[in-house]
Amino acid sequence: MIPELAQLALILALLLALAQGVLPLFGAWRGDRALMAVARPAAYAQALFAWLAFALLALALLRLDFSVRYVAANANLAQPWYYRLAAVWGAHEGSLLLWIAILNLWTVLLARRSRHLPEAFAARVLGVLGLIAVGFLAFVLFTSNPFARLSPMPLDGNELNPVLQDPGMVFHPPVLYTGYVGFSVAFAFAVAALLGGEQESGQERAWVRWARPWTNIAWGFLSAGIVAGSWWAYAELGWGGWWFWDPVENASFMPWLVGAALIHTQAVTEKRGALGAWTLLLSILAFSLSLLGTFLVRSGVLTSVHAFAADPRRGLYILGFLIVAVGGALLLYALRAPRLPAGKPFATLSRETAILVGNLMLTVAAAMVLLGTLFPLLGDALKLGKVSVGPPYFGLLFPLLMLPVVLLLPFGPYLRWGRTEAGALRAVAVRAGLAALACALLATALTDGAARAVAGVAAAAWIGVGTALYAYNRLRAAPRGRRFPAEMAGMLLAHAGVAVFVAGVLLSQNLSIERDVRLAPGQSARIGEYAFRFDGVRLVDGPNWKAEQGTLTVSRDGAVVAVLHPQKRLYSSERIQTEAAIDAGALRDLYVALGEPLDDQHIEHAWTLRLYYKPFIRWIWCGGLLMMLGGFVSAGAKRLRAPQPVAHGAGLAVAAAGAP
Amino acid sequence: MHPTRKRRLLLVLLLLGAAALATGLFVLALQHNISYLFTPSQVRAGQADGYRVFRLGGMVKAGSIRRSADALRVEFTVIDQSGATEVAYSGILPDLFRDNQAVIATGSLHGAEFVATEVLAKHDETYMPQELKDAMAQAHAARTAANGAAAATAPARP
Repeated sequence: MIPELAQLALILALLLALAQGVLPLFGAWRGDRALMAVARPAAYAQALFAWLAFALLALALLRLDFSVRYVAANANLAQPWYYRLAAVWGAHEGSLLLWIAILNLWTVLLARRSRHLPEAFAARVLGVLGLIAVGFLAFVLFTSNPFARLSPMPLDGNELNPVLQDPGMVFHPPVLYTGYVGFSVAFAFAVAALLGGEQESGQERAWVRWARPWTNIAWGFLSAGIVAGSWWAYAELGWGGWWFWDPVENASFMPWLVGAALIHTQAVTEKRGALGAWTLLLSILAFSLSLLGTFLVRSGVLTSVHAFAADPRRGLYILGFLIVAVGGALLLYALRAPRLPAGKPFATLSRETAILVGNLMLTVAAAMVLLGTLFPLLGDALKLGKVSVGPPYFGLLFPLLMLPVVLLLPFGPYLRWGRTEAGALRAVAVRAGLAALACALLATALTDGAARAVAGVAAAAWIGVGTALYAYNRLRAAPRGRRFPAEMAGMLLAHAGVAVFVAGVLLSQNLSIERDVRLAPGQSARIGEYAFRFDGVRLVDGPNWKAEQGTLTVSRDGAVVAVLHPQKRLYSSERIQTEAAIDAGALRDLYVALGEPLDDQHIEHAWTLRLYYKPFIRWIWCGGLLMMLGGFVSAGAKRLRAPQPVAHGAGLAVAAAGAP
Repeated sequence: MHPTRKRRLLLVLLLLGAAALATGLFVLALQHNISYLFTPSQVRAGQADGYRVFRLGGMVKAGSIRRSADALRVEFTVIDQSGATEVAYSGILPDLFRDNQAVIATGSLHGAEFVATEVLAKHDETYMPQELKDAMAQAHAARTAANGAAAATAPARP
């Protein structure tokens, strides 16, 4: 009975989404206020039914209703309740339902917080979001129904893929999707602005100001989601890596790159009116790449660790949806954007130019990732054979493209809108440059000149010192209470995050030590200053698995540093999963994964083991979290929440206060 | 020329130069980092000859896994419908590696032996990667088609 109710809820949600998508847009076009007023109630009602369906799927999983195919495929009696719950988004159908639930969350928030927007504009924004919901709800109902019944009903279900039975997997998808889907708001704002011609009525900057906090928050969530995913891959896959340039990682990284460009160019457009067309285009592209990501993950066209089993109908549907949504938006852009008025002019040396250069590098990087990700498809279509693009392609090009961004970053806060005198920048360049040089020399001495590590330290010092200097000057010079407006604090946090991230990436890449060894109980292996003694393997039991658990005692100069327990689990579904053991630290991680016994019959004898020493690896995720925090803090700016458009002069005053 | 125009021209030229440079780099990096997927019968037919590093895909032949007694070295045979290639690998194999499992190994040929630097098995034992499925089907079809022709004629590159 419950699955049928949920099915009904989904159908109702689809009908309400249709109403929310079509009627307000029509109303805004004809100036019909009654039709425009449909948007909010329809959005609330749609959300109610979509969330009901989501909750009912969760309930079916918790109660283990095996008559539902999705439940039988992803949960079983032995699985603890929290992983049954995580199974809601553990496979294709459920993860789409999560997508829809989150889209509704954004829509409801927007509906509640858009009362100060012009009526027609709000109606258009909600209408566009309704149309997106129609696309996804129809996709779920027609190609991937999570409530399909299974007959005969099995006595016990299959199991959630053991790789996904990890605390990281409980959080990673919802957070990532919140970011992914959040770009739909910026997209809806851009399409609404293009549809309504706000850009012609002197309000070209208003829509950007309204869209800014939403974009910042979405980008913050996307950063957090990528960090969570990367950490999960590190802890769970047992290879000690944190990023593999896998198609699905790329799928979340491309919108992140474009989103990073977008939040900067939104600032330019809002404050100076310049780059308006570029902002519109990026708003469309960020969400398009989110959709493309869904297409890549869900259709199974690319071989990836994430790819769910493929169903060609699904791929075709998403491809069609992608063409309609993205193609439609781009067509609209092509028709309307050229009529945009130009903003205030800016000199070669100005904040606008710096942001533009940064933007260019970020979007080119996104294009580079896109090319590398889609090349296997392209090769297949062009009959070049079965090809894949290796990580070195990305590993070579990405740092090259990011070099100008790193060089520009410390100047960010010092640059003024419109025109900057070179003198102001020279002082920063000299100080940050000297700091970078000193740190590089120190790093050379400490690491015996490991090139990438030295480069990482220098880049981090360059960005970090430049940013910290600005914060320090501000602390001394500005009056209490006005020292760090939210937007500036956000920028400083995010830029500091880049410094921490760069240091983490290059140091851990260059200084990591990895050894595959075979050890009998009692034997030791050394990595750097650490001695790993293998103390044998014994059997342990978990809720839905049995494991062979090793014990390793790690010591340094004779003193015990950590006792690690890596496991090799055999889940109730007969699937094997390696659980690495990690001793985490601010400066280094020690990481051990069990390989296999040399003799299957005698697990008490020698085993193969993977030992890692990973310095500074946590800095990577800390940097990502700082960037997330930066996004959230900037979104909190009071100015952006002001109900009335800020008058011309006031906007300039704020901009001027933002520069030293 | 008008100074503004001159500046714009300079900007456009700079952008074009940067775009050309970027495209060149992209293509170069792609050329060096593409790796092809071949199955054992395609390797036997000589299709992989021109490639230093490539990926070998197929099934692990049942009973072919041999571990060395005192080192991390493992040898096994990867097969498809009509071919077999010996693979040597030094390191720890993925969890799902076992007899009759679909695997993809990256490495290069040393004589008749494929020395792998990386071995991947898929997460889901019922699921074979689409590209591997296609490649194996292609190799099979090519062999069936070439049965009548001279054995030495290698099928055209897919």
